[in-house]
Amino acid sequence: MSILVNKETRLIVQGFTGSQGTLHSEQSIEYGTNIVGGVTPGKGGREHLGKPVFNSVKEAVDKVEPNASIIFVPAKFCKDSILEAAEAGIKLIICITEGVPTLDMLDVKKYLDNIGARLIGPNCPGVITPGEAKLGIMPGNIHLPGSIGIISRSGTLTYEAVKQTTDLGFGQSSCVGIGGDPIPGSSFIDMLKLFEEDTQTEAIVMVGEIGGTAEEAAAEYIKNNISKPVISYIAGQTAPAGKRMGHAGAIIAGGKGTAADKISKLKECGVHVADNLVEIGNKVAEVLKIN
Amino acid sequence: MNLHEYQGKLLFAEYNLPVSKGEVIFDAKNAIDACNKIGGTKWVVKAQVHAGGRGKAGGVELIDSPDQAEVFAKKWLGQKLVTYQTDKDGQLVNSILIEECTNILKELYLSAVIDRDSQKIVFIGSSEGGVNIEEVARNTPEKIIYQGVEFKDQSLPEHAKNIANVLKLNDEQTNQFIPMIDNLLRLFVEKDLSLLEINPLVINSNGDLHCLDAKVNIDTNALFRQPELLEMHDETQEDPREAEAAKNDLSYVSLDGNIGCMVNGAGLAMGTMDTIKFFGGNPANFLDVGGTATQDRVAKAFKIILKDPNVKVVLVNIFGGIVRCDVIAKGIIAAIKEVDIKVPVVVRLEGNNADIGAKILSKANIKIESINNLSDAAKKAVELAK
Repeated sequence: MSILVNKETRLIVQGFTGSQGTLHSEQSIEYGTNIVGGVTPGKGGREHLGKPVFNSVKEAVDKVEPNASIIFVPAKFCKDSILEAAEAGIKLIICITEGVPTLDMLDVKKYLDNIGARLIGPNCPGVITPGEAKLGIMPGNIHLPGSIGIISRSGTLTYEAVKQTTDLGFGQSSCVGIGGDPIPGSSFIDMLKLFEEDTQTEAIVMVGEIGGTAEEAAAEYIKNNISKPVISYIAGQTAPAGKRMGHAGAIIAGGKGTAADKISKLKECGVHVADNLVEIGNKVAEVLKIN
Repeated sequence: MNLHEYQGKLLFAEYNLPVSKGEVIFDAKNAIDACNKIGGTKWVVKAQVHAGGRGKAGGVELIDSPDQAEVFAKKWLGQKLVTYQTDKDGQLVNSILIEECTNILKELYLSAVIDRDSQKIVFIGSSEGGVNIEEVARNTPEKIIYQGVEFKDQSLPEHAKNIANVLKLNDEQTNQFIPMIDNLLRLFVEKDLSLLEINPLVINSNGDLHCLDAKVNIDTNALFRQPELLEMHDETQEDPREAEAAKNDLSYVSLDGNIGCMVNGAGLAMGTMDTIKFFGGNPANFLDVGGTATQDRVAKAFKIILKDPNVKVVLVNIFGGIVRCDVIAKGIIAAIKEVDIKVPVVVRLEGNNADIGAKILSKANIKIESINNLSDAAKKAVELAK
């Protein structure tokens, strides 16, 4: 078992023939991911990386029956690409692109929630189930099939957690980068729910960072709903408060959002917090021995 | 991206929001003419910087002769204004807004932000306007309303009334307020704002609502479709090194320590800073070189880091994802030669081909400490910075 993706996942790539789409699709195929085709408007009918290219997601759905899509199109086109995939009936959409306008995401989120489609990202490394499928830009070779579920808001920080759990021999069930944007398609809570249900996952590593209150909300959820041990690290403990403009941001955050707030809330809710980035793996080892 | 108050008020005027008659000046010699053009006998002069708390810092004055406007402009133009919201060096004043004076009966608070929790645009309102609004939020949260809204939603007038009630507006003011909320929301959505704040929104001596201040922040990601707002960007309000980094697509924030940091990815960059601090050191900066750490980008990043005279050592922490570490290692060596770096450099490479990368670094005929393990690399950097 795993979450979201596995060997059976039939993936299409939106922005398939572009430089990013090509580079990462090549690596995904090499990893063993079942890419069934790609979409680049105007280039339908061709073949790229040995896979068929379609003009639209709808056409791809009709011809090759994908059940997941990964998006590499430029930020200004992401809203349309995500909506196109959802309209065509794709239920798992992964948007790698960074720089999507926040108001676009408000519209996207509302539409997807109504239609019942799941979005991971934008501005994220994607999803990987080690040994089965790589839907993203993460380096495949640092992963190892195993028992730890990893969720993170940050790209390279996820790799750090992955590397440490691989080096200690735990491996990962699945790893999900939910992205660092203010309005992400999926939240920590959405992924915690899936890892709780996944039989392969024995412990969950949640890598957070300063800003917003997603970690606080996740902590509360963990306390009430998650039976598996959760290990967390929060980046930005030494980041300065920085210059501010006005008060609205501070009021809406209500004094939450600092690393110290997040860590104390997580500890209060029974989450095992690694004090330092280099201690994530060791913390997992410590916790799994106790449990 | 932040706008100045005068720029925000231009947008407000465009959206039929009540703002004061005013003139912006960039040169003290235009101060008297500006006052005369506005007319009246009393004016408010306001230093334009990207920070709040200007009044308490002396950046806002009430005057009753045009000569005083000139004196104020001469005093502030070209100077830096330090408020509790700026850093210790303050923000450069290069323009001054002169406005007709408004007689204030009551100060209210109104703002709009994108709320991550409810995933909506939320208006925040309070009957207690003025600079102490954060205290109000802390001590008397019942005096603040958070009203989620949606663009082109039929319930918007109802939502506006909810806010008006908390603001304790009378019927006439509520009638002014309902279209005001509609206009503000239109402004927010059409101009891709991420924050809009009117503090204070006032009731003037005629009993009318009036926007006395305007803080506007635009979603940087949306600037591609807001060319006229991009033109309003005032680079002087940013740290020059940060601005230069941004031009090169690097994300840089200067800090007060002595260990320069170059990392790929914002999260890992923060994590690296934390690790340095954990081992007793102090980071000189946050710098994210981005996903593709090419020679060119690495060289530019070194140049920006080394402009800070406090830097005694540079710690490079790259987790090679798609980019192979041997390529990055060659880039680092070439960049170090190109920039002629005098301080020691500690490099930690991890990920694809990390071992080959480390070998290349160790064979290079330059002073690099290549350490594969992040704890050891951070400890080494801390030691070298002492």
